[in-house]
Amino acid sequence: MAERQPILQVRNLSTCFRTDRGVVTAVDDVSFDVYSGETLGIVGESGCGKTVTSKSIMRLLPERTSFLKQGSSMLLRSAHRPQEPAMDLATAEERVMRQVRGARVAMIFQEPMTSLNPVFTVGWQIDEALRYHTDLDAAGRRKRVIEMLKLVEIPNAEKRADEYPHQLSGGMRQRVMIAIALCCEPDVLIADEPTTALDVTIQAQILKLMDDLRRRLSTAIVLITHNLGVVAQVCDRVMVMYAGRVVEQGTVHEIFRSAAHPYTAALLGSIPKAGRKEHGRRLPIIPGIVPGLLELPSGCRFADRCTYKQARCTAEEPKLDAVTGPGAAPDRAVRCHYPLGAAAVASASSSASAAR
Amino acid sequence: MYAYIFRKLLYNVPVYLGIILFVMVALRVNDPVMAYLGKSASPESIAAMRSEMGLDRPLISQYGTFLGRVVTLDFSERSWEQKRPVGDILGRAVWPSLAITVPALILSTLTAISIALLSAYWRGTLTDRTLMFAAVLGMSVSLLVYVVLGQYFGAYWLPEKLGIPDGSPLRFAISGYEPVVAEGLRPDNWLRYCLLPVIITVVLTIGYDTRFYRAVMVEECNRDYIVTARAKGASKPKIMFVHMLKNAMIPIITHVMITLPFLITGSIVMETYFRIPGMGQTLITAINSKDFPVIQAFTAVFAAIFILTNILTDVLYALVDPRVRLS
Ligand SMILES: Nc1ncnc2c1ncn2[C@@H]1O[C@H](COP(=O)(O)OP(=O)(O)OP(=O)(O)O)[C@@H](O)[C@H]1O
Ligand code: SF4
Ligand SMILES: [Mg+2]
Repeated sequence: MAERQPILQVRNLSTCFRTDRGVVTAVDDVSFDVYSGETLGIVGESGCGKTVTSKSIMRLLPERTSFLKQGSSMLLRSAHRPQEPAMDLATAEERVMRQVRGARVAMIFQEPMTSLNPVFTVGWQIDEALRYHTDLDAAGRRKRVIEMLKLVEIPNAEKRADEYPHQLSGGMRQRVMIAIALCCEPDVLIADEPTTALDVTIQAQILKLMDDLRRRLSTAIVLITHNLGVVAQVCDRVMVMYAGRVVEQGTVHEIFRSAAHPYTAALLGSIPKAGRKEHGRRLPIIPGIVPGLLELPSGCRFADRCTYKQARCTAEEPKLDAVTGPGAAPDRAVRCHYPLGAAAVASASSSASAAR
Repeated sequence: MYAYIFRKLLYNVPVYLGIILFVMVALRVNDPVMAYLGKSASPESIAAMRSEMGLDRPLISQYGTFLGRVVTLDFSERSWEQKRPVGDILGRAVWPSLAITVPALILSTLTAISIALLSAYWRGTLTDRTLMFAAVLGMSVSLLVYVVLGQYFGAYWLPEKLGIPDGSPLRFAISGYEPVVAEGLRPDNWLRYCLLPVIITVVLTIGYDTRFYRAVMVEECNRDYIVTARAKGASKPKIMFVHMLKNAMIPIITHVMITLPFLITGSIVMETYFRIPGMGQTLITAINSKDFPVIQAFTAVFAAIFILTNILTDVLYALVDPRVRLS
């Protein structure tokens, strides 16, 4: 695993916004790697900086009110030409970014109902990406459009291609979004809460589709979600974010087996487990809210809500430290002065069960 | 689609009949003959004119006659004042109006949309603010100022400065009109008599229009599909002119279609200040001289145009917005 080259290597990404009340750092010193054919999950509650992270990679944030701090780098390699030097998306010009977007890094969004342009046919909208990034002629592109619609398992592809978004259901539209994203065979697919707006059954179908396509096309997927259940289903590795910071990262297996950060443990405590009869019972929620970016505490950002808080926590912000130990993956890390051991995790989940 | 148009027309028949009836009643509340002839007229002459014009017949019978004329497009009823058929009067007046309103609408719509696109493109920047400041300023100045300054600078000061010779069509007239189509096309007549009113009309409307279109564009800028398009690698001009503009067509069409009937009625203000014998001036004259048949015919035509534009608007919606189904 160690000698594999990450397709996308994000280092020290800090994204700031200029607001009326000063500059806020919405994504603070975030680093992670994305590998071909693998799914990286980014989780965290609302407002933790997941979307800003993904839009930073795509450089889709408003030019005038946002900027990346000096030292941020996002090295993108090419899966087809691995010997080619990596390009840094953090400093790439807009002209270059236009050739990257949709062709090498593609993105799908949370709201399938509004993400498609209502006045163009879905075929046209897939075709648009092909026009920008391929040399195919009209007939070739049409063939590819139909092929893509079939790939995302849309029945009656020929007919559907000429329909407008409002004629399709939410799930179908998200499939179209996936078709748009994948039609130019990008190396990285960023999916920002792709299933949040969908019914549970449709959610499962879309996740399965993405997972199948990842395997077939060996795309790297960055899957953003606030649902750890989704992570458990499809991700290989996870990065947990809190108030713009990475608080824990590791393989899905490690995180689920022994979450080291109290925040991760609390999130884990709040997923419904299949098989356990949860109907009608309330899930344990984490009391309190994510601190606003303008009133970040000087110490640990989770301190207000942490049940394991001690004096040192409010005095000094913990660093993201590598977790070493039996079976720990090389990039396993946690940002906590008092990371939980296996025993502590067990007691956290048992106290969560007791609360029910 | 044709079925829809047909059905829509059918629905509007009772509406139209109602409007005509209302107009006829309203015009007869004060005896039109007495109003026309004045207080000093003898009862005999009043009675004579009334029976000549058929105004002594029961309303229902007059209604029938008038509807018959509308249906057969018979505009041969004569003006009391000018003694010519009303069709002739309106038919002559409509061209000067159109010669000003149509170019003015096209010019101001295209300019306003272009400025709005630029403004939305650079929204928040100094360019945007300057453009919008100019638009608000333009809206706030009184119409009379535009007319007076326009006439002074456009028709006097500028041609003097530029030394434009007397016979040139660029020596704008500030009064009167000559047909643009008379024994062949006469673009010089249009330049002389219409260009200045057109420019003033455009300046008058452009501030409001620009702000309206900019608001439409800015709203479209914030839609999710814009981000999707950017994530595909679309360039900013592609997003503005393909993605946004087609979506913005819906409010744009509404805005333009509302003004469409007024193309025919003409700009009363411009026609008055420039003494252009268009529809607006004709109507004003008719009202002032209590020229009953002209007013009645004008209203009937105008109501019909309104109804037809409404139907046309629906059809255009369906053409640009796939979500609109005509059924
Ligand atoms: N354009 C902006 N200007 C100022 N602040 C912003 C802007 N966009 C996002 N933020 C701030 O950045 C922080 C992170 O937002 P982000 O959208 O990344 O959260 P998220 O993790 O995606 O949450 P969610 O689960 O709700 O999507 C928030 O506090 C938000 O207020
Ligand atoms: S550093 Fe302290 S407050 Fe923060 S998560 Fe760890 S234990 Fe809790
Ligand atoms: Mg988000």
